[in-house]
Amino acid sequence: MPNYVTSVGMEVHAELSTKSKMFCRCQVAFGGEPNTRTCPVCLALPGSLPVPNREAIEMVIKTALALNCKIGGTKEESIFHRKNYFYPDIPKGFQTTQYGEENPFGYHGYLEIPTPDGGTKRIGIRRIHLEEDTGKLMHLPSGGSGIDYNRAGTPLMEIVTDFPPDIHNGEEAKEYLSQLRQILMYLGVCDGKMEEGSLRCEPNISIAPEGSKELGVKSELKNLNSFRSVQMGIAFESRRQEAALENGETLLQETRGWNEQKESSFAMRIKEAENDYRYFPCPDLVPMSFTPEYIEELRANLPELPLAKFQRYTQEYGLSAYDANLLISEREWAYWFEEAIEKGGEPKAICNWMNSDFAKMLNEEGITSRQSKITPDHLVELVKLIEDGTISGKIAKTIFAKAYETGDMPKKLVEASGATQISDTGAIKAQVQAVLDANPDVVAKYKGGNMGVKGFLVGQIMKATQGRANPGIVQQLLDELLSS
Amino acid sequence: MSITSLTAVEIAAKLRSKEVSAVEVTTAFLDRIDSEDAKYGAFLAYDREKAIAEAEAAQGRIDSGDSLPMTGVPVAVKDNISTEGIETTCASKILKGYIPPYDATVVEKLKAQGAIILGKTNLDEFAMGSSTETSAYKLAHNPWDLTRTPGGSSGGSAAAVAADLAPVSLGSDTGGSIRLPASFTGTVGYKPTYGRCSRFGLVAFASSLDQIGPITKTVEDAALLAEATTGHDERDATSNPAPAVSSRELKSGTLKGLKLAFPREMYGEGTDPEVQKAIQASLDALRREGATVDEISIPSIPLGVTTYYIIAPAEASSNLARFDGVRYGPRSQGQGHIDVVAKTRAEGFGHEVKARIMIGTYALSAGYYDAFYLRAQQVRAMMTQQFLDAFKDYDFIVSPTAPVVAFKLGDLSQDPMAMKTLDYCTIPANMGGLPGISIPCGFAHGLPVGLQLMGAPMEDERMLQAAYCAEQLFAVSPKRPNL
Ligand SMILES: [Zn+2]
Repeated sequence: MPNYVTSVGMEVHAELSTKSKMFCRCQVAFGGEPNTRTCPVCLALPGSLPVPNREAIEMVIKTALALNCKIGGTKEESIFHRKNYFYPDIPKGFQTTQYGEENPFGYHGYLEIPTPDGGTKRIGIRRIHLEEDTGKLMHLPSGGSGIDYNRAGTPLMEIVTDFPPDIHNGEEAKEYLSQLRQILMYLGVCDGKMEEGSLRCEPNISIAPEGSKELGVKSELKNLNSFRSVQMGIAFESRRQEAALENGETLLQETRGWNEQKESSFAMRIKEAENDYRYFPCPDLVPMSFTPEYIEELRANLPELPLAKFQRYTQEYGLSAYDANLLISEREWAYWFEEAIEKGGEPKAICNWMNSDFAKMLNEEGITSRQSKITPDHLVELVKLIEDGTISGKIAKTIFAKAYETGDMPKKLVEASGATQISDTGAIKAQVQAVLDANPDVVAKYKGGNMGVKGFLVGQIMKATQGRANPGIVQQLLDELLSS
Repeated sequence: MSITSLTAVEIAAKLRSKEVSAVEVTTAFLDRIDSEDAKYGAFLAYDREKAIAEAEAAQGRIDSGDSLPMTGVPVAVKDNISTEGIETTCASKILKGYIPPYDATVVEKLKAQGAIILGKTNLDEFAMGSSTETSAYKLAHNPWDLTRTPGGSSGGSAAAVAADLAPVSLGSDTGGSIRLPASFTGTVGYKPTYGRCSRFGLVAFASSLDQIGPITKTVEDAALLAEATTGHDERDATSNPAPAVSSRELKSGTLKGLKLAFPREMYGEGTDPEVQKAIQASLDALRREGATVDEISIPSIPLGVTTYYIIAPAEASSNLARFDGVRYGPRSQGQGHIDVVAKTRAEGFGHEVKARIMIGTYALSAGYYDAFYLRAQQVRAMMTQQFLDAFKDYDFIVSPTAPVVAFKLGDLSQDPMAMKTLDYCTIPANMGGLPGISIPCGFAHGLPVGLQLMGAPMEDERMLQAAYCAEQLFAVSPKRPNL
């Protein structure tokens, strides 16, 4: 029995977060009353014409640059093609898309994914192109079927990995998708919601004996709407194919669906002949080319991408990989962190507060950092108050909770509560002396060599000062007085 | 002289001087359509109430001194141009009952001018034909001889103007569909440079070739209507950024010193000797006025028709895919989506449309694309270049618009190739996106003959100037048929 190698090609469709549709000015949104966001263009009324959405094109070029692609296709011109076929959810009888390697917006790029050994692996990207989404077929309560064209014409970006594939298992596929999703969200080009279908992944999977130059017969997997299902689906497919080959069965090129509950795939349709879509350049749209200045301007304005942030956070700020990953998990979260650093916050302290108390409170309330009353200014001020000894870490927790609730600045809260730390040596010395005087037996034990009782004395002093005494000074004075 | 035989410019002048009211003008044309159109078959639809209401509004503008050049002037519109609230069928059963919810840009512009949308004119189904005989609804007849075709595909628009049913009309020209019927009916037909007139709202036949333009009694009317309907439109991605075609300098041109070229390939086989004679006579007249007319060669011209009949059907096969009965138009009964679509299209499209969809589908198919569609595009590029080269040495290219005069209805409908070859003089302007105009230059067999001028892209204004001069020179008589 040979060792099999799995090969996975990834086709990812991302709905772009543009304000309007790809070829008309209808609003892009999820759901809504059927056919309320339509117009003569996206309903393909006779005589209507498409006008490309510049915002969408710019988003695709930005993505292509972020994925290290060349821009404009091998023919150095981007053009739209028509893909002709009849289906009720495509109103024009063709889908406007970009065909082949010659004229997409981006081609020949790559994405680096982290590997389990701490390194990175380069996943080649074959091309990135722009097309329009279809409408949605719906079954009506009356028994017939209807079509909702609200989604028809939504800009859809397709990102296709290299052939032969660089991805060889579900783990890598999941990592690729997760990195890609994060990049798209950092670029602000896609909301990344797999459950709503704004990010869709259709991997094709094949296996071949190790060392074989040919790839095996591939199956394409649909209905994958989470990272987990992508990983499990691919693993399942490679096991299924291997078992089939071992049983002497012949694999068919087919499209299979993923059943999340049963954690298995099922045959949807066998691919017979290649469909003839009669692609040709869309005569309603003109070829596009982009000046190097324009491309460079877009490149210069690309945001720092998650992987670069991760490296900066761990190397420059000395954060742990765990903490850095938490911070970059969401673009807004990372930006919040960076704003706090810019305002003078100490990275490690800011990170600790964010990933513990703050994150917990946000989660409990189910809101985002930007929706909360806590701003980076609050946290910077709070951390400063701890650093300069105005309040203790313990009191800081209470202050933070209050600030979270009210939005008041920490300094103001500390002043109002009188909870400032006592760092006046004279005042603390009196309290220390009073506690020693009240506990002669404990003092005796300590002097007799039982150092452990010191904690009790500290506790008594803090209690007497409502926790406001500067712990460092308490320790120092206690040592001083006990040894005298 | 009755109102209905006036030109648009004359009507506009009478409206401004309050000699007539806009309602009187519109009513006069509507009455004439009511009583006479049964003979011509020029109109597919018109809405008297709507037209009168527009005329009343136009009169209001005239009275308040807020009128524009076309305020109160009625315009007939080819029925492949979208008109809000008025059935737009493309003379096809597949769009029977379809009432657009929006106006084409040209219609919007006309309404903004205060022009009156008089009605929708007959055409070959989806503009596919040269005689208006493929209309699914009725035949159109040539006002010069009712047994003859007014040409096509804008046959209804041409017949309407020639028969005084409308002062001016809009047609569309994909391979000569404005110029050929103008030539057959003794009218002026002008196809602007590709992109100067918005296609938004024009039901697409072949997107890279289609262009809307005027059919009128005079060059001056053509310039007036062009000025009102052209100009950049951000709803058409192929629209040229240039402003509207200007009519300001129309009358300040001269024939003296004009360098004209006559491609010998446009005297193709099958050119009627009488037509040839009329053309020669008009070229001689131009020479006498100080223009030079040189015979040149543009070798790709004979390839035009074949090339056109690959590119146009290819685009059409895709453009017409939207007519599936799902969202508009009649829907046939069937089992499942594909069956319903197949039956709807089988019953809704006529023979010529189906034939072109088949040809186009074949030309785009895997394995044939390179040999047909791609090759045709290469020939198109070569032909365009040869014309552009000619324009380096010459101001305009002149030729007969058509090799024959209007033929008898039914004569060519059994011989599709003979019909298609009629377009070899007009097709190059569509291939190269060039402006072209047909003006009446004389008669052959007692029927009108058109002379075609073609210019370099964006030379519309200069071409109209030259056409205006030539028109004055030819002073064709009789100017109109015996109605
Ligand atoms: Zn829309």
